[in-house]
Amino acid sequence: MIETDIIIIGAGPVGMFTVFEAGLIKLKCHLIDALPQPGGQLAEIYPKKPIYDIPGYPSVLAGDLITNLMKQIEPFKPGFTLGERAETIKKLEDGRFLVTTSRGTKHAAPVIAIAGGLGCFEPRKPELENLEKFEDHGVDYIIRDPEVYRNKKIVISGGGDSALDWTNYLVDVASEVTLVHRRKAFRGALDSVEKVQHLAENGRIKLRTMSEVTELHGNGVLSGVAITDLEKNEVINVDAENFIPLFGLSPKLGPIKDWGLNLNKESIAVNTFDYSTNVPGIYAIGDINDYPGKLRLILCGFHEATLMVQSAYKHIYPEKNLVLKYTTVSGVNGFEG
Amino acid sequence: MKDMITIHVEDLKGVVHTVEAPTDMGLSLMEAMKANELPVKAMCGGMAMCASCNIILQSDHELPEMGEAEEEMLDEAMVLNIEGSRLSCQIKVTENLDGLRVKLGALTDPEA
Ligand SMILES: Cc1cc2nc3c(=O)[nH]c(=O)nc-3n(C[C@H](O)[C@H](O)[C@H](O)COP(=O)(O)OP(=O)(O)OC[C@H]3O[C@@H](n4cnc5c(N)ncnc54)[C@H](O)[C@@H]3O)c2cc1C
Ligand code: FES
Repeated sequence: MIETDIIIIGAGPVGMFTVFEAGLIKLKCHLIDALPQPGGQLAEIYPKKPIYDIPGYPSVLAGDLITNLMKQIEPFKPGFTLGERAETIKKLEDGRFLVTTSRGTKHAAPVIAIAGGLGCFEPRKPELENLEKFEDHGVDYIIRDPEVYRNKKIVISGGGDSALDWTNYLVDVASEVTLVHRRKAFRGALDSVEKVQHLAENGRIKLRTMSEVTELHGNGVLSGVAITDLEKNEVINVDAENFIPLFGLSPKLGPIKDWGLNLNKESIAVNTFDYSTNVPGIYAIGDINDYPGKLRLILCGFHEATLMVQSAYKHIYPEKNLVLKYTTVSGVNGFEG
Repeated sequence: MKDMITIHVEDLKGVVHTVEAPTDMGLSLMEAMKANELPVKAMCGGMAMCASCNIILQSDHELPEMGEAEEEMLDEAMVLNIEGSRLSCQIKVTENLDGLRVKLGALTDPEA
C-alpha cells in the first residue's frame, strides 16, 4: 500500500502545482491519473497551443508549461500512479482514507485533493464489430508503454496530433507501421504532418489516406485488419499484431459522482474558504469544483491549490501553527514545521 | 439592421428553448447558447478541438461553409456523416440566422 500525506486524484496542472505548495510546508503527495502521462487537458488536448494568461509568461505552450511544472515539483519527489483510474474512496479505522484504482492499487492518506478537471479521459472508439473482444488482446486506445510494440506489426488510425506523433515515434520501435486516416488532410501540427509524409515517401511507413479500418481478424488475439479504401472501394488485408485507434479522448465525470460528495451539476460543491467538500479531509480544486463566481482557468486552480494545502496542514496537524514563509527568504526547503 | 435574432434550440431531452442572441458582439452560436445557460459542454471553448458543441441543423437556413478544422473535428468525433451536423462554435451569430432551429448533438451532454 502506498502511504502519503495527500493523495491527489488528477495530475493536471492544478494537481501538479498542489505538490509544490504542499512540498513547501513539508507535506508529501502522491498523484493518481487515468492517463499515462501527467498534464491533464494541456497534455492531452492542446499541448502545442500557446496559453497567454499565465502570470509572468507572455506566451507559453501548454506542453512546455507541464514540462516546467514537472521540473518545479521534482524536488518534492511526488509519487505517481499513472494509467489507472481512482475508483473508490473508503474511510479507514485510523481516520485516513483509502483510495483504490481500476487496477487495484491502494493508497492511504489523511487528506485527499480531487483535481479531476472535467473528469477521466475516455477514448473515442471506432464502430467495429468485435472491437471489445480484442481490447487488451491487440487493440489499444492509449499508449501506456511504447516498448510493448517493439518489433511488432502495428496499424494506427486517426488524423490528429497523437496519431501523427506516435507514428513518428513508433517507426523506430515497431517492425512495420501503417497509418490509416479517413481523410486526405491531417489535423495535427504541420511539422508532424511533414515528418509522416517524409517517412511515407521513404517507404519507412505505409500511409493509407481516404481509408478506414473496417474489420479485425484473429483468433482471440489480433492477427490482422482489413483496410477499406473509401475512394476506390477496395479492401486489403494487412497483418497486424496491434491496432491502435487514436481518435482523441473526451472527459467523462466517471466514479467521482459516487464518492458521497455534494455535487453541483457535474462539479463538486466546495467552500471557498479552503476548497473543502462536505467530507472533512476531502478537498476539490481546479476545473472539477464549483462555487459562486467560479472560473475554469489554470491560474484560478493554482490559487485554490495554495489555499487548500494550508487547510490540509491544519487537518493533519490540528495542534500546530503555520507561518507563511516566502520562497525568496527560505527557498523551497526552508520550512521546519 | 436587426441586432437581436431569435434561435430555437432543442436539448437532449427534447425540450425546445427559444433564446435571443445579439448579432453585434461577434458571438458564435455556441457562445450565444452558453450565455443563455443552455446545457452545452463546449469543452475546448470554441477552438474546434472537442466537438462537444455539436449541433444538428433543423431548419433550412443556409449556414456558412465548413472550414477544414471543423470538418476534420466532426470526422474525428464520428458525427460528420449526420445530415446537418456542425460545430456551433464555428458559426457566427448573424442576421440571416434569425429563426434558426437546431438540435443539440449527443456530444454536448455536460454530464456524459
Ligand atoms: C483547448 C483548450 C484551451 C484552453 N485554454 C486555456 C487558457 O488559455 N488559459 C487557461 O487558464 N485555461 C485554459 N483552458 C482550461 C484549462 O485547460 C483547465 O482549466 C485546466 O486544464 C484545469 O486543470 P485541472 O488540473 O483542474 O484539470 P485537468 O487538466 O482536466 O486534469 C484533470 C485530470 O484528472 C484526471 N482524472 C479525473 N478523474 C479521475 C479519476 N477518477 N481517476 C484518475 N484520474 C482522474 C483526468 O484524467 C485528467 O488528467 C483551456 C482548455 C482547453 C480544452
Ligand atoms: S467548443 Fe470545442 S469544438 Fe466547439
